[in-house]
Amino acid sequence: MSWLSLIFGEKKATASVAKERLQLIIARERAGVAGPDFLPDLQKDLIAVITKYVRINPDDIKVGLEKQGNYEVIEVNIVLPENR
Amino acid sequence: MATIITVTSGKGGVGKTTTSASIASGLALRGFKTAVIDFDVGLRNLDLIMGCERRVVYDFVNVIQGDANLHQALIKDKHCENLFVLPASQTRDKDALTEEGVENVLKELAHQGFDYVVCDSPAGIEHGAIMALTFADHAIVVTNPEVSSVRDSDRILGILQSKSRRAIEGREPVKEHLLVTRYDPKRAEEGEMLTYTDIQELLRIPLLGVIPESEVVLQASNQGIPAIHQKGTPVAEAYADAIGRFLGETHPLRFVDYEKPGLLKRLFGGK
Repeated sequence: MSWLSLIFGEKKATASVAKERLQLIIARERAGVAGPDFLPDLQKDLIAVITKYVRINPDDIKVGLEKQGNYEVIEVNIVLPENR
Repeated sequence: MATIITVTSGKGGVGKTTTSASIASGLALRGFKTAVIDFDVGLRNLDLIMGCERRVVYDFVNVIQGDANLHQALIKDKHCENLFVLPASQTRDKDALTEEGVENVLKELAHQGFDYVVCDSPAGIEHGAIMALTFADHAIVVTNPEVSSVRDSDRILGILQSKSRRAIEGREPVKEHLLVTRYDPKRAEEGEMLTYTDIQELLRIPLLGVIPESEVVLQASNQGIPAIHQKGTPVAEAYADAIGRFLGETHPLRFVDYEKPGLLKRLFGGK
């Protein structure tokens, strides 16, 4: 905290941090309540299938669950290597 | 058929009992025959907040176990004509609340012509809390502008959507209402506290009202008079507005904006 904020008693705006943290944890807990967390297994299987055809790094496949309004969307992101 | 309103939150100390007392009193003041039941077996407190602790003879568990009838156990409120309190047992185990027993008491209340039954849930997500929400038609989810309260409210919403009778039987779901309590407009405006719109965005349920943080709540509980009777105070009016909205009326939100004190007020103080 700078000396200016000490003098003027400026307080940190922490509510936005609280909101962000809550958005993440609530989304995760809601997903957990809805069913078993199959995402890691799905990711593993996807890697197995895709590496049959393309040589990629396991890290190049990202699987995530996202909430859009009332729908849950599974997002699969596969980065293909540049020179095949 | 009596409408069953469960006041719940997951987290303790957020204002469930204060809210149950004021919502039940407010409904009774509107002319509805109302009962308010304390589901917190072993830690009863609604009797203190309602100011009837010295008139408790029989309790909820006595009625469930057939040691007393409902008529003997219901305590008539001192401040409202149509309001009755059913206290929790202080000595029994919380497992004494059987689903069948609770259902029978609620049916009997409906039979006796009650319009509303307000169920004051204990904190937590254990048996007593589940019993309080099992038969709900409406749920008022009491939430403080604070991370643990918001998270627990979300958990309790998940439980409502899976364990209530309405959910299990596939009927129309329990109507959920968000009530933000202990709200400090100044701190919210300065970005120090979650705003009521933040909370509503996170929990995604309709907003019933915002009750401002106030010393009136402690004064009310000290005296055993529900806060809604503290005439002319923001807390009492915010509760009255919330009841109006519950009954389908439109009331603009009040006491949610911070007014910067003018120069004179800052110089000479005063509230």
